[in-house]
Amino acid sequence: MPHVKCLQCRECKTEYPIEPLNACEFCFGPLEVAYDYNSVAKAVSRKSIESGPNTMWRYHDFLPVEKESAVDISTGFTPLIHAKNLGRKLGLDHLYIKNDSVNPTFSFKDRPVSVTATKALEFEFDVLACVSTGNLMGSVAAHGAKAGMETMVFYPADLEQGKIQGAAVYGPTMVAVEGTYDQANRFCSELADAYRWAFVNINMRPYYAEGSKTLGYEVSEQLGWKAPDHCLVPGASGELHTKIWKGIEEFEGAGLIEKAKTKMHLAQAEGCAPIVEAFETGNNQVKPVKPETIAKSLAIGNPAAGPYSLEVLRETGGTGVFAYEDSIIDGIRMLAETEGIFTETAGGVVISSLKRLVKQGKIKKDEVTVAFVTGNGLKTLEAMGDFVDPIETKPQMNTFQTKLSKRRD
Amino acid sequence: MATKRVKFTFPQELIKEPVIYKLGVDFGIVTNIRRADIRDDMGWVVLELEGESEVVEDGLEWVTSTGVRVDPIAGDIIEG
Repeated sequence: MPHVKCLQCRECKTEYPIEPLNACEFCFGPLEVAYDYNSVAKAVSRKSIESGPNTMWRYHDFLPVEKESAVDISTGFTPLIHAKNLGRKLGLDHLYIKNDSVNPTFSFKDRPVSVTATKALEFEFDVLACVSTGNLMGSVAAHGAKAGMETMVFYPADLEQGKIQGAAVYGPTMVAVEGTYDQANRFCSELADAYRWAFVNINMRPYYAEGSKTLGYEVSEQLGWKAPDHCLVPGASGELHTKIWKGIEEFEGAGLIEKAKTKMHLAQAEGCAPIVEAFETGNNQVKPVKPETIAKSLAIGNPAAGPYSLEVLRETGGTGVFAYEDSIIDGIRMLAETEGIFTETAGGVVISSLKRLVKQGKIKKDEVTVAFVTGNGLKTLEAMGDFVDPIETKPQMNTFQTKLSKRRD
Repeated sequence: MATKRVKFTFPQELIKEPVIYKLGVDFGIVTNIRRADIRDDMGWVVLELEGESEVVEDGLEWVTSTGVRVDPIAGDIIEG
């Protein structure tokens, strides 16, 4: 960890030692990892990165952990696919899909959790914990298993069974929290004060958030050491959006890519779009909302990084855009039917929002555009509804042929 | 004694209400504001509360009942 300087408050800039802290003691603002970028620039080159492993750990010089101790389940360096079929449909010649649904637990969460689990071992924590309604719990459970740590997964008691099983299989202690969402939220933040556990998105949040930067590095490297003209990122807490941009800026600062002119767009679902709403109304404040969306992995009504995401939108000339609820499934199916990629509802939000951005003239035909698909469709099968209309046939050739002709007419 | 770090978000119609003052006077809770942003249409205050554990809980329940939103300072931590 030779390049890390300290933790620093995002608001008042007060500095803190590298410890499991997430809030400034003075203003209660969020803490972020600060680096010695001169030291990073001296240590890295395109060649040194290219000779690294085919995982996110090829970028270890930019991460706040010791490489040797990495809790790695082969996360990252996921495919960047030139989406020619979808691009043709939308009128884009250079559309790319960053398919992060092929990570070990099928979502981008493996990136931040891999960094957090590593850091938790460095801090000599025995317990890795999280509170989640889906992707995060599976990733924490898997990394806890790999790290040999005791793992605690908290979730609202009314969560669907499928999501619970997807995490339980890795052997964590599962804790169903009764009450409303807000009660569960407050209870779990108090737990982080009461126990000496590594809560990935609470006391470990500064380190957790850093893992998402690797998406910005990967996309730039995979495009031939060049940042794209546009990124379209799904928005929940807003952290992924800010960190992809931080990754691109860090690559630029280290001299690995030319000056980036990337427009960082943010996609939210109509039923939970507090950041987009603040962007559209010109506010710097994000008004909390009560989520009512089928895109459960984006259902964060009071996004912690909302104000910082707004800053990135405005600084880069990006646009905050929402997908209509009834278009999310269409987005999922459009991506599946054109590119053979089955994404979850968050990906449906991205594809549907992409369509809107193109229609609004925000993205031009010849511009290089990367849409981030962050989770696998098998995780949100229940949201797909009953859309399958099979041909029903007896095991007889003539019956089948008649029915097939009818369907094709 | 317990301390709690919370964020109050005020809707427009409650911006003029002396909610924090009443927490001190009616509940005897010590309040310490660390950061705030109050606009015409909404406002938020990040603060620390200190008092007997049950009293702090009662105070927060009362704040919520007025229509002011109470969150942990980290915002929503239940992630998808």
